[in-house]
Amino acid sequence: MSATDAASQDRGVPEPAFGFWRRSYAMLVKEFIQLRRDRVSFAMIVMIPVMQLLLFGYAINTTPRHLPTAVLIQEDSDLARSVLKALENTRYFRFTREVHSVAEFDELLQSGKVLFGVEIPRGFERAVRRGDRPALLVAADATDPVAAGSALGTLGAVVQTALAHDVHIGDPPQLPFEIRAHARYNPAAESRLNIVPGLVGTILTMTMLIFTALSVTREIERGTMESLLSMPIKPVEVMFGKIIPYVIVGFIQASLIVSIGVLLFGVPILGSVTLLALLTTLFITTNLSIGYTFSTIVQNQLQAMQMSMMFFLPSILLSGFMFPFAGMPVWAQYLGEALPLTHYIRIVRAIMLKGADPSNLQYDTIALIVLMLVAMTIAVTRFRRTLD
Amino acid sequence: MNAAPASAPDIAINVEGLSKSFGGREVVHDLSMQVKRGSIYGFLGPNGSGKTTTIRMLCGLLTPDSGEGTCLGYDIRRDADKIKRQVGYMTQRFSLYQDLSVRENLEFVARLYGLRDARSAARDMIQRIGLNGREEQLAGELSGGWKQRLALGACTLPNPRLLLLDEPTAGVDPKARRDFWNEIHALAADGLTVLVSTHYMDEAERCHEIAYIAYGHLLAHGTVDEVIAKSALSTWTVSGDDLNGLAAELAGKPGVDMVAPFGTSLHVSGRDKAALEATIAPYRDKRGWRWEDSEPSLEDVFIDLMNRSKDNFQ
Repeated sequence: MSATDAASQDRGVPEPAFGFWRRSYAMLVKEFIQLRRDRVSFAMIVMIPVMQLLLFGYAINTTPRHLPTAVLIQEDSDLARSVLKALENTRYFRFTREVHSVAEFDELLQSGKVLFGVEIPRGFERAVRRGDRPALLVAADATDPVAAGSALGTLGAVVQTALAHDVHIGDPPQLPFEIRAHARYNPAAESRLNIVPGLVGTILTMTMLIFTALSVTREIERGTMESLLSMPIKPVEVMFGKIIPYVIVGFIQASLIVSIGVLLFGVPILGSVTLLALLTTLFITTNLSIGYTFSTIVQNQLQAMQMSMMFFLPSILLSGFMFPFAGMPVWAQYLGEALPLTHYIRIVRAIMLKGADPSNLQYDTIALIVLMLVAMTIAVTRFRRTLD
Repeated sequence: MNAAPASAPDIAINVEGLSKSFGGREVVHDLSMQVKRGSIYGFLGPNGSGKTTTIRMLCGLLTPDSGEGTCLGYDIRRDADKIKRQVGYMTQRFSLYQDLSVRENLEFVARLYGLRDARSAARDMIQRIGLNGREEQLAGELSGGWKQRLALGACTLPNPRLLLLDEPTAGVDPKARRDFWNEIHALAADGLTVLVSTHYMDEAERCHEIAYIAYGHLLAHGTVDEVIAKSALSTWTVSGDDLNGLAAELAGKPGVDMVAPFGTSLHVSGRDKAALEATIAPYRDKRGWRWEDSEPSLEDVFIDLMNRSKDNFQ
């Protein structure tokens, strides 16, 4: 058969002009219509970029100031007060607690209630007058090197400037006392020591959310929900049945991440492994409950994924994982408190790097439990028992 | 099995004035029906007539906007949980888990209903529905007929007292359809009540009682004979040559409500017997056609009901 024959046979069904563009256009119109009908997705198109940008543009601060600081004053003197004032004037520190014993001082640092501690020793002023150069201890929780670093780095110079016109000690070439900065828990300021425990929580947040966020919508989209609802099962039972398998999956994942962290990155576990396992399981369950709640709210799997993203991004940015929590504005801190990752990151850093015990972690543990119960309650009430 | 607190123990379903709207459109309107215990009740009507909605209201999957009633003696509004325990519902679309095997699906159902030995219950059911050899096959890979058997097996597994079957035989071949109905009759003989919706007239005739629903209204109910008798439709069967021409000529004439070809004959029907006979009189003596005064078929009755309801409700 020659080429002309084939061409003449094709003439039976003429190819429309611009066929490629017409068909592409038809597809494009259809996609737009479907997108417009999917209101939640449509809202997300605007919400995700605007919200995230505003949120993070204002909330993130890599050189945090006004960090919560405890003061241990062993001497009440003019010089001591001047030094404290000078420290506060650097704007890096905000004195939130005044303690009177070393034990109290240590407990505050270990539980993460303060990031810094300043200790003014007994006989400080006298020693200065004598020219003994006594030591002023500034202890920092250096588990997050970013938060502690900038404050510690500029300490000497800033204090000297602040003191110069306040104390009549002339303008000596150096401070009449020594500032002994003590970076606790992570003296070498290795960021991996801080990042790896945080990663445990971040990875778990992402995987756990996705596991359950799709669970109810999948039943609806595959049509199996109709059968399921016609059988005698209660919303709570559906929820537990869908969450529990993934608690085990999450636990295996967590063990894997922690093992790699310890073996490959040399991150220590100073605290109790059992406590870590227990609270990690709680954290996993909290995330699964939240994911499950999403799946009872959304209408399809795309929306479920988008909602998980909406939750995941703030979790990374506002939980203290990437940027110092204490450096965020107060409203962002409140937002952060509502995220399970914030609490878990405190827990996991405290157990692995500071060797914290349960009494240090009460607040964050209770917060995780509360978040879990709130999510479960919403899920159970949102779960529709009928097809109405 | 629990004794139901029914006032009338021989009535399985007793509902009064059920209505349901979706988005302002009334799908079921003021529907009342009674189904006797141990009977096979056929639910007929065109697509979108409200059959599925009614069935879902009966088993608690939908809440009626108004109306009330009992299912197995339990209030359909308040006792949905108790109803679900004793009702097997087979959905129109296959709604078991496609990614579970036959055995796993049945075991899931058995466990959900709290059967003591889920494994052996599933095994027995596989035997009963003739799926042995396919236990480990994924449900999604089964053919239409096998899927339907599996679905029936799953909803009879917990020994329900009432079966609600929503177009169970749609898209199933005639042999499988016949086997299916034999099974339904066997179950009914054991005392099970069956409510089955269908499009097929031959299936309607296999039911003890039928109800016809169109545009959300229940238009007729009773035994097949009662429904035909109540229709007050007169039908003449014509056989002979050029029936197409005759059909075209008769359609729309006074007294002729419906002309429908049935194989090699033609059904000419009308509700006004006298008018119909007056109209066909001139044709009756013509050569080549044989006229016979006959019973309307169930299909004639239904098409007539549908035509009339269209006038009323659309």
